[in-house]
Amino acid sequence: MRSVNIRRVIKTGFINFWRSGVVSFASVLVMTITLFIIGSLIIGGAALDSALSLVKDRVDVNIYFRTDAKDEDINNLKTALMALSEVRSITYTSREQALADFKERHKDNSLITSSLDEIGDNPLGASLSVKAKEPSQYESIARFLESDQSLVVAGVNIVDKINFYQNKMIIDRLAKIVKSAENLGFAITLLFVAIVILVTFNTIRLAIFIAKEEIAIMRLVGASNWYIRGPFVITGIIYGFVGALLATIVMYPTTSWLGQATENFFGGINVSNYYLQNFFQIFLILLVSGMALGAVSSFLAVRKYLRV
Amino acid sequence: MIYLEKVSKKYPNNTMALSGITFAINKGEFVSIVGHSGAGKSTILKMIIAEDAPTSGNVFYHSADIHRLGRRDILDYRRKVGIVFQDGRLLPNKTAYENIAFAMEVAGRQDEEIEADVPGVLKLVGLQDKIWNFPHELSGGERQRVAIARAIINQPDIIIADEPTGNLDPINTVDIINILKKINELGTTVILTTHNKNVVDALGKRVITLDSGKIVRDEKKGKYAL
Repeated sequence: MRSVNIRRVIKTGFINFWRSGVVSFASVLVMTITLFIIGSLIIGGAALDSALSLVKDRVDVNIYFRTDAKDEDINNLKTALMALSEVRSITYTSREQALADFKERHKDNSLITSSLDEIGDNPLGASLSVKAKEPSQYESIARFLESDQSLVVAGVNIVDKINFYQNKMIIDRLAKIVKSAENLGFAITLLFVAIVILVTFNTIRLAIFIAKEEIAIMRLVGASNWYIRGPFVITGIIYGFVGALLATIVMYPTTSWLGQATENFFGGINVSNYYLQNFFQIFLILLVSGMALGAVSSFLAVRKYLRV
Repeated sequence: MIYLEKVSKKYPNNTMALSGITFAINKGEFVSIVGHSGAGKSTILKMIIAEDAPTSGNVFYHSADIHRLGRRDILDYRRKVGIVFQDGRLLPNKTAYENIAFAMEVAGRQDEEIEADVPGVLKLVGLQDKIWNFPHELSGGERQRVAIARAIINQPDIIIADEPTGNLDPINTVDIINILKKINELGTTVILTTHNKNVVDALGKRVITLDSGKIVRDEKKGKYAL
């Protein structure tokens, strides 16, 4: 009996979707807009993330060692730094590499190259370039370097200088900007999601309000709650399903139209490529959230009229 | 079979729709309830189908107090009662066939039974040619026939008809009443409320006359007299 009823409920849900043409059309339209906005927020969030991480990537702290610092000590420090949770990556530049880079940079300046030849020895020290996960974490990395006693070998500090203090102001400001950009992005996303969910919920509620009389009749004929509610929930799921399909389709031309512009603006991310690369995840998110939104909205909207 | 015991109903605006109504209806009876608008006819029916609860008093179906039934039992009970309203109250998005089939689905009947019974009952009320029409494609009399077909499809113990002829012309009125009489002759209890003097007088059955929420007359072979 149960399976017969489930089959009937699903069938009725489809029939109702088909027969209440204008109402279904309006609901699907609102659902499509909702899901389109949610999809855009996902892509917008990714674009913002990539822009911010690009900015963050430009920041690092360089530790310059004295020329007489031993590789072993540098390695020890590197290991100690890697163990810090704040550290994302460390790049080691040896003395030789530093000299080669320097020569390369100044190869057109004969004065510098000839003075280097004059010295004969390599005047440059090795260095470590440390990147933190968040800009705000450089401060604590710098503090760690200050307090680390392993840097003092035989009474002499092997570190020549740490450039954090020169860049401190810029890094601090950047950290603040990144933080508030992330917060703002999150707040806008939340706000939009809340608005579109409310709009969809109310549209579906209106669609069911029209059927208020019908629900009362069904009650008086002796239909159980779930037998009345079932088809509405199915219809809501169909709204979500069709809406997700349409939103996914509409997003294709939109993102490809914006692709080049976003690549120039955000630097790095092309929303069109991002959309195509993550097509299935985005489609799945829209599909699931659309169907869930439709089902829950219908479920709640019918409840009000079931009290006969 | 149906027994109302000192039933009173007070609406929130303090009007007394019913005050201390007591009467019994036996199996197989055809009872007409008459009275002016606002006399309490529809309220009595609402009490009987558990659409609304009395302020005081009890309504019994056999030995069960229907206003003390749980949700499931109320649904079971409603499936034993066929209801016909003045405006038909068909489901607008369903065809004549589907409206009747819905009542059978709700009662848990098999698809084969539905396919076999629905065309038959539509033929009984003379609508075999309009099986697939939607309510808005039917006339008032035709809608009322579908409503009756829906009410009788599950072989209910009682048919409750709330002014079923209120919107109909005289010819359709006679047809509808004849259908109800036929159903009654087959053993189903019928409770009818009406304004129509001719209908009541022609029936020659029991008449309960209401005025301002009280029973003023209850006659075995009554006439419409207000």
